[in-house]
Amino acid sequence: MLAEKYSSEIKSILAKYPLDKKRSAVLPLMYLAQREYGTVTSESMVEIANILDIDITQVASLIGFYTLLHDKPGGKYRIQICTDLPCALRGAEDFAHELCDRLGIRLGETTPDGMISVEEVMCLAACNGAPMFQVQAPDGIHYHELQSVESALAVIDDLRKRDNDG
Amino acid sequence: MADHILLRHRDIPDIDKLDVYLEYGGFEAFKQVVTNKTPQEVIDIVRISGLRGRGGAGFPAGVKWGFLTPDVFPRYVVANADESEPGTFKDREILECNPYQFLEGVAICAFAAQANTAYVYCRGEFWDLAHELENKIDALHEAKFLGKGLFGTDYALEIHVYLGAGAYICGEETALLESMEGSLGQPRLRPPFPAAEGLYAKPTVVNNVETLTNLPPIITRGADWYRSIGTEKSTGPKVFSLSGHVERPGNYELPLGTPFRELIFTHGGGIPGGRSIKAILPAGASAPLLPATDEVLDTPMDYESVPEVGSQLGSASIIVIDETVNIAWLVHKTTRFFEHESCGKCTPCREGTYWMHHLLQRIERGEADLEDIDLLDSVARGMQGKCLCALGEFAIMPVISGIQHFRADFEARIRNGR
Repeated sequence: MLAEKYSSEIKSILAKYPLDKKRSAVLPLMYLAQREYGTVTSESMVEIANILDIDITQVASLIGFYTLLHDKPGGKYRIQICTDLPCALRGAEDFAHELCDRLGIRLGETTPDGMISVEEVMCLAACNGAPMFQVQAPDGIHYHELQSVESALAVIDDLRKRDNDG
Repeated sequence: MADHILLRHRDIPDIDKLDVYLEYGGFEAFKQVVTNKTPQEVIDIVRISGLRGRGGAGFPAGVKWGFLTPDVFPRYVVANADESEPGTFKDREILECNPYQFLEGVAICAFAAQANTAYVYCRGEFWDLAHELENKIDALHEAKFLGKGLFGTDYALEIHVYLGAGAYICGEETALLESMEGSLGQPRLRPPFPAAEGLYAKPTVVNNVETLTNLPPIITRGADWYRSIGTEKSTGPKVFSLSGHVERPGNYELPLGTPFRELIFTHGGGIPGGRSIKAILPAGASAPLLPATDEVLDTPMDYESVPEVGSQLGSASIIVIDETVNIAWLVHKTTRFFEHESCGKCTPCREGTYWMHHLLQRIERGEADLEDIDLLDSVARGMQGKCLCALGEFAIMPVISGIQHFRADFEARIRNGR
């Protein structure tokens, strides 16, 4: 249960907002659930609704609205490649397809070991660093700019290694 | 520009460390306003400086602050760090490399607005950056630049970071406030504007990161100094994000009023491979695209001149398009973006972006007829002036201007595809 395991963290999140405006903490708590369970599970939505004293649909409706919140399992690490216009002008679409070919999956799919998904995303405010992607891991999001297929594969190798070691 | 005013980290290494920032005069402006000025005096200085909002709308910052409903408290300041416009990456550099100048700007704005709480709304993708910003805020607490009884007065200020979760629309200020309140990030009907009823229905100032970063130098060096940079109506320096088909994409801090040609060719190094320039998107995906004529290239990049040639300066994110690009493909990309990012609240935008995207996919797949070009144009014009917020209006601009200036590209795509 989030409320027990993360009681001090939840307390410091809630302290940022007026006492009667606890609902503001819904996104931070959904990130917390995602860190704990990998996705925002239906059980965790009930928990969050209880902590914040709001209806469960008020939590659930946010899932489809925000791209960084997930209720469906994907790879443990989500490689999110920007293929929006400025990146596309600098080769991001070819980069995305070649990377997928090398991983033996198609865009939007997950590798058989469940470790890596590759997704296309909208502008990440790093247009001068194209081709680029972010890695959404359970515990955070990190940028990788000025990438080649080889350097991206090296990043992915490191992620797999980190997981085996950890 | 000899010395950077906003991108100061390019002149002063390690300015992202508090001791270095202080060594170079950091937090003197904030101390000066708290100990020596009234909130109204600060608002007046900013109004006289001519500083206009750098997020895209270009609305005068001091005037916006002046709209705060008198005598209603608490008030809030929210820094908009939801930078998501395709082609825009200036706020990220400021937040990463010159964060204390930004935070000092937040503090000055909060004092002027008589707010004791300020929030920085970072897009969720800025995860690392947001956590680093929280560390900087902690350092400011330790150094007594935040907290209670600042500089021996009774002024108190707290700054908190709020992390979004991936939605372009949350850059629209009322959608941002909805998102912060824990609701779907959808724009509100206005009026009331945030200055009257903003966060938690209290008077609120929402300003972009770059706008706020201008404040410390304006206070320290004065409104007249600031007005000496840029043009008469578009004052000050601007960070231009240059991307697409240029040799040296990146952020360039230049006075407002610098011509496109100087940015693209002198600073950006021109078009790679000796190819020629075809078009410019001067405000990311959110303004009409311009054919790269001599007249356009010689246009000063300021809030008055760019509209005169048929577009907008917006957030000043210049995407350069060379001759190899088919504009129908480009419009497909921008429309896909807006279709994905439409929040779904108002019908013209939700349905219009869907149908425009659908038609453009048909053109891209080679399944379209020539009549589809006019159909696309009519869907776009059907949305015009009918959407709840600017997103829908932005979505149609590349479509209408693309067809207007480059109809032959659409025809070629359709003919070749069949």
